[in-house]
Amino acid sequence: MSFPWANQYAPKNPFMKWMDERLPLPRLVYNAVGAGYPVPRNLNYFWNFGVLAGAALGIQIITGIILAMHYAANGAIAFDSVEHIMRDVNSGWMLRYAHATGASFFFIVVYLHIFRGLYYGSYKAPREMVWLLGLVIYLLMMATGFMGYVLPWGQMSFWGAKVITGLFSAIPVVGTPIQTWLLGGFAPDNAALNRFFSLHYLLPFVIAGVIILHIWALHIPGSSNPTGIEVKGPQDTLPFHPYYTAKDGFGLGVFLILYTLVLFYAPNALGHPDNYIPANPLSTPAHIVPEWYYWPFYAILRAFTSDFILPAKLWGVLAMFSAILLLFILPWLDKSPVRSGNYRPAFKKFFWLLVADVLVLGYCGGSPAEEPYVMISQLAAAYYFAHFLIILPIVSRMERPLPLPNSITEAVLEKHGEATA
Amino acid sequence: MATLEHTESPGHGTEDGVRRRDFINIAAVSFPVAGAAAILVPLINQMNPSADVLALASIEVDLSAIKEGQAIKTIFRKQPLFVRHLTAAEIADADKVDVTTLRDPQTLEQRTSAGKKQWLITMGVCTHLGCVPLGAGEGENRGEFGGYFCPCHGSSYDTAARIRKGPAPKNLEVPKYAFKSDTVVAVG
Repeated sequence: MSFPWANQYAPKNPFMKWMDERLPLPRLVYNAVGAGYPVPRNLNYFWNFGVLAGAALGIQIITGIILAMHYAANGAIAFDSVEHIMRDVNSGWMLRYAHATGASFFFIVVYLHIFRGLYYGSYKAPREMVWLLGLVIYLLMMATGFMGYVLPWGQMSFWGAKVITGLFSAIPVVGTPIQTWLLGGFAPDNAALNRFFSLHYLLPFVIAGVIILHIWALHIPGSSNPTGIEVKGPQDTLPFHPYYTAKDGFGLGVFLILYTLVLFYAPNALGHPDNYIPANPLSTPAHIVPEWYYWPFYAILRAFTSDFILPAKLWGVLAMFSAILLLFILPWLDKSPVRSGNYRPAFKKFFWLLVADVLVLGYCGGSPAEEPYVMISQLAAAYYFAHFLIILPIVSRMERPLPLPNSITEAVLEKHGEATA
Repeated sequence: MATLEHTESPGHGTEDGVRRRDFINIAAVSFPVAGAAAILVPLINQMNPSADVLALASIEVDLSAIKEGQAIKTIFRKQPLFVRHLTAAEIADADKVDVTTLRDPQTLEQRTSAGKKQWLITMGVCTHLGCVPLGAGEGENRGEFGGYFCPCHGSSYDTAARIRKGPAPKNLEVPKYAFKSDTVVAVG
């Protein structure tokens, strides 16, 4: 599971020895995130985002459990109970803003974590399972985030719930019964609010469980690194603790500064003002938008405006779900044996085009459903699929990668030499 | 020893090589699986609408106050219902459309009660993803076909509430209703 030169856990304290023989939990921690886990010595700051995502989940679970102590999942009083948290509960305003802002920051670090993986080819053999489990976490996060946004029972909560469950009604024949089943009624109401609360409380713990699998799968081959070449010997690695606990600790400090800046100075910047209007089933907000982290997919959903064999609505839903499901076959679409984008000149250009494309999709998804945004989303959505299904397979066959360094150590020393020269 | 060999010898006691133990294994697994599947039914069905949600009242709408060209929104089965008094021009607009060119081909006659062509009664639920289209309220955007306009994803409906443009696949749904008199209609 680890490299043969990994530090061995050797408790000196008699109690820890006693414990190790009965329940070797400290040993597990030591080998997983302690000095017993050898990590490539050349990781850059993009490798911080896994730990930051874990920290963000921790913040969400702690603030979420507290909010649940004061929140009431009943359509008649849910909105008021959120205002009660904001105005009456001691520090309630801070805890709720911490949870709402925390959700956005969780997605920010996870998106950076995903794009890190895309650029450095972290999804390639032998780390496919790490990638696939990561996508499962991402899907669970999207479900959790959506249901959490419904709980304040404001206008965006209500209409978001209606639109998102409405996606299922696009399925032929069984669609409408599925939507009714999901909502427990014909429109979002108490039944839906209650079950969303129940699942919103459950799923973060499921996410925590899948994170354990994600880390387990990662620790079989060990962490990847910016060169994408394998660890060859002890000179290529450093123990996770103290080297990367320190580096991650620094990253965590920067993350917390940015997070608290938004939390204390612009807590509503990433939300939508319409959600401070109580849910009204008779009045649709002029412009329904989901939270910013769904915008790229929302743009793909809305990109289909005319029927072609299947109804436009079904195309939109299929495209939106395939945009995510596509990532599950990514390890088999990119056939290049070179992992890191640093050594793949053509891939690198297309990677940045993809980043730009996703940002354009995001911008369109947050804009009203009118021209020119519809046409731009159509082009950007087409490019998104083309990137993964056409460009990536072709590039990975045609491109001539740059020469790889012989080892991680050689790459590090070369870089160091350049810097001092 | 003889007994032991008996039970271990393959094919013993059967014609086609299936042992007694295979049968016991299959039975022992399939019985709990069938039981678990049966338990799943109430676990899944509890999420369907409960009795109080299903106890749907039918509603009566008084049309006397709705002037020509006006529309009202009311609630039917927890969802908005649009009742619209079409003007002669709107009826003419709806009638002059070639039905075969429509995404969901229906005439205004098919969507209204016999002899009451001016009363267009539909659900106020966009057939795309369930938003409430604009156009039933005073001064709201009626879209480029003069009927209803859904702000969520830009579906436009005409004066017969038929889908003309945008992602919605169907015309606005016409619920079951009957005129009790010239000015009262019972929906549901």
